[in-house]
Amino acid sequence: MSRSPMFAMSILSSALLLAISAPAWAQSHAGHAMTPPPSADAPTVGADTVDHATMDHAKMDRSAMDHGQMNHAKMDHSAMDHGQMDHAKMDHSSVDHGQMDHAKMDHGSVDHSPTDHARTDHGAPDDSTMGYAAMGHGPTKPPARNDPREPIPAVTDADRIAAFPPIDHGAMEHAPDLHSLLLVNRLEHWDGQHGNGQAWEASGWIGGNIHRVWLRSEGERSGGRTDAADVEVLYGRSVSPWWDVLVGVKQDLGRGDSRTWAAFGVQGLAPYKFETSATAYVGEGGQVAATVEVEYELLLTNRLILQPLVEATFTAKDDPRYGNGSGLNKVEAGLRLRYEVNRRFAPYIGISHERLFGDTAEYHQAAGERARDTRWVAGVRVWF
Amino acid sequence: MSFPTQPGTGSPPMPSRRLFVQGAAAGGVVAGLVASGLPARAFAAAGPAVASAPQVLTAADVQLSIGESLANFTGRTRPAITVNGSLPAPILRWREGDTVSVRVANTLQGHPTSIHWHGILLPANMDGVPGLSFNGIAPGEAYQYRFTLKQSGTYWYHSHSMFQEQAGLYGALIIDPLQPAPYRFDREHVILLSDWTDLDPGALFRRMKKLAEFDNYYKRTLPDFLRDVRKDGWAATTADRGMWGRMRMTPTDISDINAHTYTYLLNGTAPAGNWTGLFRSGEKVLLRFINGGSMTYFDVRIPGLKMTVVAADGQYIHPVSIDEFRIAPAETFDVIVEPSGQDAFTLFCQDMGRTGYAAGTLAVRHGLQAPIPARDPRPLLTMGDMGHDMGTMGHDMPGMGHQMKVMEGGCGAHMGHAAHGGTARAPRHPPSEQGNPLVDMQSMATEPKLDDPGIGLRDNGRHVLTYAAMHSLFDDPDGREPGREVELHLTGHMEKFSWSFDGIPFASAEPLRLNYGERMRIVLVNDTMMQHPIHLHGVWSDLENADGDFQLRKHTIDMPPGTRRSYRVRADALGRWAYHCHLLYHMEAGMMREVRIDE
Repeated sequence: MSRSPMFAMSILSSALLLAISAPAWAQSHAGHAMTPPPSADAPTVGADTVDHATMDHAKMDRSAMDHGQMNHAKMDHSAMDHGQMDHAKMDHSSVDHGQMDHAKMDHGSVDHSPTDHARTDHGAPDDSTMGYAAMGHGPTKPPARNDPREPIPAVTDADRIAAFPPIDHGAMEHAPDLHSLLLVNRLEHWDGQHGNGQAWEASGWIGGNIHRVWLRSEGERSGGRTDAADVEVLYGRSVSPWWDVLVGVKQDLGRGDSRTWAAFGVQGLAPYKFETSATAYVGEGGQVAATVEVEYELLLTNRLILQPLVEATFTAKDDPRYGNGSGLNKVEAGLRLRYEVNRRFAPYIGISHERLFGDTAEYHQAAGERARDTRWVAGVRVWF
Repeated sequence: MSFPTQPGTGSPPMPSRRLFVQGAAAGGVVAGLVASGLPARAFAAAGPAVASAPQVLTAADVQLSIGESLANFTGRTRPAITVNGSLPAPILRWREGDTVSVRVANTLQGHPTSIHWHGILLPANMDGVPGLSFNGIAPGEAYQYRFTLKQSGTYWYHSHSMFQEQAGLYGALIIDPLQPAPYRFDREHVILLSDWTDLDPGALFRRMKKLAEFDNYYKRTLPDFLRDVRKDGWAATTADRGMWGRMRMTPTDISDINAHTYTYLLNGTAPAGNWTGLFRSGEKVLLRFINGGSMTYFDVRIPGLKMTVVAADGQYIHPVSIDEFRIAPAETFDVIVEPSGQDAFTLFCQDMGRTGYAAGTLAVRHGLQAPIPARDPRPLLTMGDMGHDMGTMGHDMPGMGHQMKVMEGGCGAHMGHAAHGGTARAPRHPPSEQGNPLVDMQSMATEPKLDDPGIGLRDNGRHVLTYAAMHSLFDDPDGREPGREVELHLTGHMEKFSWSFDGIPFASAEPLRLNYGERMRIVLVNDTMMQHPIHLHGVWSDLENADGDFQLRKHTIDMPPGTRRSYRVRADALGRWAYHCHLLYHMEAGMMREVRIDE
């Protein structure tokens, strides 16, 4: 950039423009240490004949301006006559106000009255990229005031009455705290190698953000009879953003099985968004059982969703009466592909494999059942 | 910084999707069900709804009647809550310095109501928040509002009772200044944007509680994963998915409720209705934009026209010339345009998630329409957006490791989403957030980001308004340094749809106490992945620049994810004031406090 007289002139004129023709800027960067501007909201200008209305600063682009090393400290503009200046031909497009120090400028006796800023062409300026904070218009912030510029109004008795009117308890309506969800995750017909039937798995809650009552149920029917089913009622409390602990009871409802269990569990969303639940059951006679279930949702599209699922059950003690050996009893793995017609209603098809282990398998085989079964399933997933 | 865009995921549109986005051509309040005050538009059986600004009431003594009307914006007739039978409510046009008197009658069946004058300085008992300012207006009763206007500019008013704002109870409030405005214009139009749902808003809230991601049909799929592996490699893609997976979040959660539920309105008109504002070529037209949406950020542009923003939240700013701005719920922007060279220009207001839009036309006569641009590509949130960008932080930041633990497997130290240079700060989180089941996320590196156009608007080839570009036309009217500082964190749990300050929902929160006359600073830190417009009743929120100096007087401060922003409050209004997120359902879900200014 050449340091030509024209350049100096443009620096001067832009400095002046900043300082006087846009007093509002001067106000908001009071670091100019000029006389404090009036606190009026309206940006009226001291120089009467200057018509700023026609200036369009909005389009100014000062981003490339470089006033870098200016020191105006000793400038004396008192004898300047801007009347003859033609701003129209000035090019401010590459000016940088970066390090300007206007602190000691004296504009006191400058006569701008005949200046015609209306024709000033600031190119295509752009305030939005101008770093006001970084302009460094002075070494200091304005001195902090002890008294507010606009005085704080004295409070009258009428103000006090208006400020704290009597309010009835319950005047504010609140959105309900109590919410609920009932998700029938699986309601399906199954067709296996050794028969067919129906099955369901549902869970629901009612309560607030932290405390909820949970209902869970699953079961299986074949030949018009309920083979195995249970219903659980649990109190659940959120202990972290993703995990609830649960305590409650489980009632078995299957064929020849009406045991009642105390249930203790956790459930939640594990990292990587695995829906997880693990529950321990303590039954009559000291039997202890456990169930672990993990589910995932793999989005083929936002409506076509593949849901893998694994469920495993264990018991602590050998219990031939109910066909359970000790240890791992059963693993069920399923893969269901659903289509969300809408969020609440999604039909699905899938395949499910079930395998019994250890003594459990033997007890069932002894009763004429198979230790393994693979089933095709078709059903719906709905929630309310 | 560039943003990968979410590709189409091939989800077929809902049957009524087009109608949802476009709305019904002859939408509006349905005729014949309301005794009086219907705008002419409501009677138009077909054709564009153009002649139809809501009534303008200019008297200082006004009667407003809140009642239920039927409205049809989507082809289905649904109940709406209206003022004098119109949706939006009538435009109130008053003059600075006047004392106005408004009698608000409640004709609703069985529901109390209220009107809050958003951004207006007035005595606490005139502020219209049931439970803080007054008892609300019981059915069959009326409340006499009376206050003196100490300000001028573009504002709005709305119900502060439950979800009535969502059901249609909002209108523009214009106060003409005593002194002439510092800009010239030849004509003006109010542009009030809003979101409409056919659902009962209470049912919509219950739906959010059951399944908050209901409207997010843009989640990343297996095909997206495969495409990203091809593009970015296996390691980068699994690292990215792993990060989001550990957080149990999804980067397409831009807005909780989008055009799958909403039809976006411009002056109470769906896009198909083509609201039209007239101009003569060469005129300077002042457009008073108001976002009366309950849950919607709009990104507004008028293809072919530069906009000069001259006021924000009713207060004059140094003019800024831009192509596009994002307007948060409850914000207002006054812009001047000089249309010429074309007979029609489209007011295009797409939602932040790019799922729909509100639109209207500026034209030289009725019946014209300019092309409606395509919606921009959908943005994806990044870790940098959410203040999880470790790359920008000094690694000696205290407390960082701790936050990571709290995060339960946060992002890991090398995420490579570097966005902003080196100014990020590790926030000190309040103890009430620690181990709190209602806080699913905490930011680890926050900055004011005042110069950030925001997600989906960066590097889009257009000149987008930012907070950094806006400066009040006046100096700090108070001038004192804040005597103290209060830091509040915006917190929430996406899946539970629970929202709060510092992890404490409104129901269990103590009021924030201010001393009458003090100048104090509020520092907000956004610990969520959502954007929140925060509104403090009764007093101004004087936004500070990154150096802590006064910059911009507002009534609603927008808080994008990952931001830390500060503003000054001059506690010169005695009383109990609401302080809340202006996303209606976030407020109702707990992101609210009482601010109490005592002597």
